[in-house]
Amino acid sequence: MTASVIDVVDFRKSYGDFVAVDGISFEVRQGEIFGLLGPNGAGKTSTLESLEGLRAPDGGSLRVAGIDPVRESRKLRDVIGVQLQTAGLPDSITPSESMKLFCAYRGVAPRIDLLERLGLREKLGAQYHELSGGQQRRLALALAVAHDPDVLFLDEPTAGLDVASRVELHDLMSEMRAAGTTIILATHDMAEAEEMSDRVAILLKGRIATVGTPREITAAGGGLTKVSVRTQGTSLSDLESRFPAVIREVREGNYSTFFSNNIGPTVAAIIAHVETNDDLLVDLRVERPSLEERFLEITDSASMKADQ
Amino acid sequence: MNAFAVHFSFDFRTGIRNRTLLLMNYLFPLGFFLMMGFIMPDLNPSFLPMMIPAMVVFAVLAATLLGLPEPLVNAREAGVFRSYKINGVSSPSILVIPALTTALHLVIVATIITASAPLLFDAPLPVNWAAFVLTFIAIAVASGGISVLIGVISADSRIQVLWSQLIFLPSMLLGGMMIPYADLPAAAGRFARLLPATHAMNAFNALAMGGLADFDPWGSVISLLASGILGFGLAVYLFTWDSHNTERRGHPALALLALVPFAVMMLG
Repeated sequence: MTASVIDVVDFRKSYGDFVAVDGISFEVRQGEIFGLLGPNGAGKTSTLESLEGLRAPDGGSLRVAGIDPVRESRKLRDVIGVQLQTAGLPDSITPSESMKLFCAYRGVAPRIDLLERLGLREKLGAQYHELSGGQQRRLALALAVAHDPDVLFLDEPTAGLDVASRVELHDLMSEMRAAGTTIILATHDMAEAEEMSDRVAILLKGRIATVGTPREITAAGGGLTKVSVRTQGTSLSDLESRFPAVIREVREGNYSTFFSNNIGPTVAAIIAHVETNDDLLVDLRVERPSLEERFLEITDSASMKADQ
Repeated sequence: MNAFAVHFSFDFRTGIRNRTLLLMNYLFPLGFFLMMGFIMPDLNPSFLPMMIPAMVVFAVLAATLLGLPEPLVNAREAGVFRSYKINGVSSPSILVIPALTTALHLVIVATIITASAPLLFDAPLPVNWAAFVLTFIAIAVASGGISVLIGVISADSRIQVLWSQLIFLPSMLLGGMMIPYADLPAAAGRFARLLPATHAMNAFNALAMGGLADFDPWGSVISLLASGILGFGLAVYLFTWDSHNTERRGHPALALLALVPFAVMMLG
């Protein structure tokens, strides 16, 4: 089993009377992309910023690559890279200058190639205030990874990015994971978390509601698998629950859609039914429940409990 | 280049790129110098012997009190310090490097004033250049330290402007640049000793320009240096990285300790 790089034990953080994080524990293993999900105010940013040494925890223990983020903040800087959700640079600094400045402080050679790779080739000499929001985020990302950190923290990295930049970011994350970098990804984008994360934790009101691989988390929910079928004839036009494990069925354009809680028998029965009725299958699509649906299920359930 | 040199080089360029800093570092002091040079000698002939020190002190006050604190407050509010922290930039670098680059701009401005005042306005040059340079360093250190401290303790730019003007405006009126210290009423003169400009003018006059001291000129130099060092030290101590995270090591009122050397001179 791979060694853990980040250890969070009974971590607590409050702001006055407001408890932002209420005793959470988790670990992140080396070379893993770990998604931190949760609605606004769930405690994601407090957790990230405490791990990054920007905030002091009120209780519990935090370790990043064996380093205490509060007591050994200088040592921490050498091993982590951070793209903050809210951070800025001086208005008049250029991407090229900022790369040279921060690389000088880290004692590494400036990585202008990273700026070019992230689509800032034409903006190397532009002042920070002249960059678009997406360009500013790409610059922050380039600065975060320029020194090849062991641990990379990304807080909403794709917010404001166009499709091409988003693909480039995901490629970069995959490359870094392959090279052994541990990545913590806080995001509201469930598709991104599902696509990129090896494991995710869902935070709700300062506590971990669930943690596991995206597949484990979605499988643990009551979500139904969606089977959409299109046939040449009309064998499926009569909508009645005649297939096993189907809970609900609807007609959507040329497709008949069945929501099943046991996909194997359902699909087998549909195919058999089409063949028996001398019909021809044109298309059959199976969509398992997404992480987003499971996330909404968990957050809705928490809201209902709070209302009761 | 090492980190300090890269940071210094960037910050020096910022002093010219940024319109507000360009105004405070160069345009305002040099424009004021030309205006005063054409007007004041006719209105008040006693201004001419003190013209070079007065305009140098004015340049220092404008570049520091009006130029240094605001970018610090704005940078903290915009999250620039958070970016600096995660990228390994230390708080002393954040505070000292802008003060040093401002000092370099001031050397350029002071050189322009000192070189052109005799040619344009027949103003006398210093008689003791070493004392002139020493006093320039002392007022730059004092004003730089106090300005950085104002930038650190001010919760927002409106409060920062209030603090800066609280020192800048009385310095203009009572600091000996417009009206000689000896001509001030006794109470005003005593209050004026709380201001760095008063001590700078006293030291320039007595040690560099060959005039008479209004009070102990070496005490003025020492109090300026002590206040500046206290100012920088307190700024580092009270520094916060983030306007959302207001935990700091001491109460902002501790900043008043930077005025203790002047209070000693006032009471002494």
